[in-house]
Amino acid sequence: MNEVNHKNKIKNEAEANSGNFSSKKSEVLYGRAFKFGDGISTDLIAPGRYFHLRSNLTELAKHLLEDADPEFTKKVKRGDFIVAGKNFGLGSSREHAPAIIKIAGVGAVLAKSFARIFFRNSINVGLPALICDTDKINSCDELEVDLRKGIVSNITQKIELDFNPLPEVMIKILNDGGLVEHIVKNKGFNL
Amino acid sequence: MPKTIAEKILSEHSGRDLGPGDIAVVDVDLVMAQDGTGPLAVSQLKKMGFETIASPKKSIFFIDHAAPSPRKELSDSHKIIREFAGSAGAVLSDIGEGVCHQLLVENFVCPGNIVIGADSHTCTSGALGAFATGMGSTDIAVGFALAKTWLMVPQTIKVNFNGKLNKGIFAKDLIIYLIGKITADGASYKALEFTGEVSNNLAMEERFTISNMAVEAGAKTGLFSTDEITRIYLEKQGRIDCFREIYSDAGAKYESEIGINCSEIEPMISLPHTVDNTVSVSKIDKVKVDQVLIGTCTNGRLSDLKVASEVLKGRKVAKGIRLIVVPASKSVYLDAIKEGILEILIESGAAVLNPGCGPCVGVHEGILADGEVCLSTQNRNFKGRMGNPEAFIYLSSPATAAWSAVRGYIADPREVL
Repeated sequence: MNEVNHKNKIKNEAEANSGNFSSKKSEVLYGRAFKFGDGISTDLIAPGRYFHLRSNLTELAKHLLEDADPEFTKKVKRGDFIVAGKNFGLGSSREHAPAIIKIAGVGAVLAKSFARIFFRNSINVGLPALICDTDKINSCDELEVDLRKGIVSNITQKIELDFNPLPEVMIKILNDGGLVEHIVKNKGFNL
Repeated sequence: MPKTIAEKILSEHSGRDLGPGDIAVVDVDLVMAQDGTGPLAVSQLKKMGFETIASPKKSIFFIDHAAPSPRKELSDSHKIIREFAGSAGAVLSDIGEGVCHQLLVENFVCPGNIVIGADSHTCTSGALGAFATGMGSTDIAVGFALAKTWLMVPQTIKVNFNGKLNKGIFAKDLIIYLIGKITADGASYKALEFTGEVSNNLAMEERFTISNMAVEAGAKTGLFSTDEITRIYLEKQGRIDCFREIYSDAGAKYESEIGINCSEIEPMISLPHTVDNTVSVSKIDKVKVDQVLIGTCTNGRLSDLKVASEVLKGRKVAKGIRLIVVPASKSVYLDAIKEGILEILIESGAAVLNPGCGPCVGVHEGILADGEVCLSTQNRNFKGRMGNPEAFIYLSSPATAAWSAVRGYIADPREVL
């Protein structure tokens, strides 16, 4: 299904890859867990009162999850994980939500389940969104996530958890670095 | 193989015979973004190097979420949208026109279409028998560029609204009731299809209310078959040419079926801070309200304003209560003027705003103070939704909202209807 685009011109890939939230990720991630509950909405992730900051994602990222945990952006370090319950990211289609999670340095979001649009957006911006049994992870646990093997190692609790493999189309998009990069590389869809 | 509506539409648009779980690149009929998601879509288009869009007349930018702009950053965002729409030849719907989802059903969507929008409530158009679904800005940017997207064919849950609707019960009560029953992720990744004798007799405007909130159960879209009611609606909109019959085949396979006896449903409320936290109005303690909002893509249509005016006629909004009314579109606004509805609402004490999303998104036009309570006809009551995480949002039908504005606390509209 290699879709050739219409009359559009594709600029060179290097230029297109210079964006701030679509980059290649490493296959093994390491960091600490920040635990959240069920039903974390995009209004909690990227509050509507900062609507005017959507054109300034770096500023918007300073307010990431502040209504769920006011100290979160102060505590989180590059590579750390958001670990949540079910239906993470429900609500609005705002792609700014996974985008600022990535900008804040979060390596991946682990949840029991994801809302559909958030899940799709995460893959599009190159943020791994992984479905696993997060009851077996506590706040501050040290985790190592092997994206290729599909394993979360909870170093603190000395247990390993499997996460559900992504659909093949999403693996292709994520491996290309996000949807923008996928389209540029293939001059259209190649799923 | 007999097909559901969703399977039928996706198969037609991919040139393949698709079933649940299949993934396909499909042609899309309409692509849209709004002022909260459009600027990012524009920057993603530019990042991909696209200088033109595939189907300008079917690509629409709506300025409705913060319209007119309340601050300079958003004015700049609006400018990006206006300039891009102008240079790409896309359709621009500017301030004063109304909410994207209402304008889509009034003017653009045809049965059997695939509609993708950078707004989660794009599912509203499912009421016209279109596969309409929300996505993020990058997916929509690709949709603008190629007039294509990829989709997984969803399984369908059939919802049978049976029995009859009692007086004072509206489509909003049905969908709140359903979401309470199946919860906020009860239809995740699936299509909802609404049928049964009550659904089949609902007016188009009520069907829009139900499809609008499909996403609040996690659904990808919320579909109705087309029928005589659909045909008459499209005829009234001057778009009879695009009517077609669309329905699920006899023998189509559903993931599950849910039967709801509407005769037992009372006026419903969603309590803070989740839509699936539901209860009937008759079962809650007295909840004093500070602000009441009647409008939005869920319940800002003519029949919604009309029922509110029937409740408020000759009455006044209770002292200390703010009633905000936002018609969903310019045509709703004009009709409400012509029918004398707005006069009744204004006389009762309502502040009527220009068509648009109003205070629902928490950007402007009615942000709540700490500790305040709002009863709204919108679709979402998440913490922080209306601009203040220290406020409390309850959801209801327009009749419940209007009567509560008179009483000053959340009240049962059957007392007056």
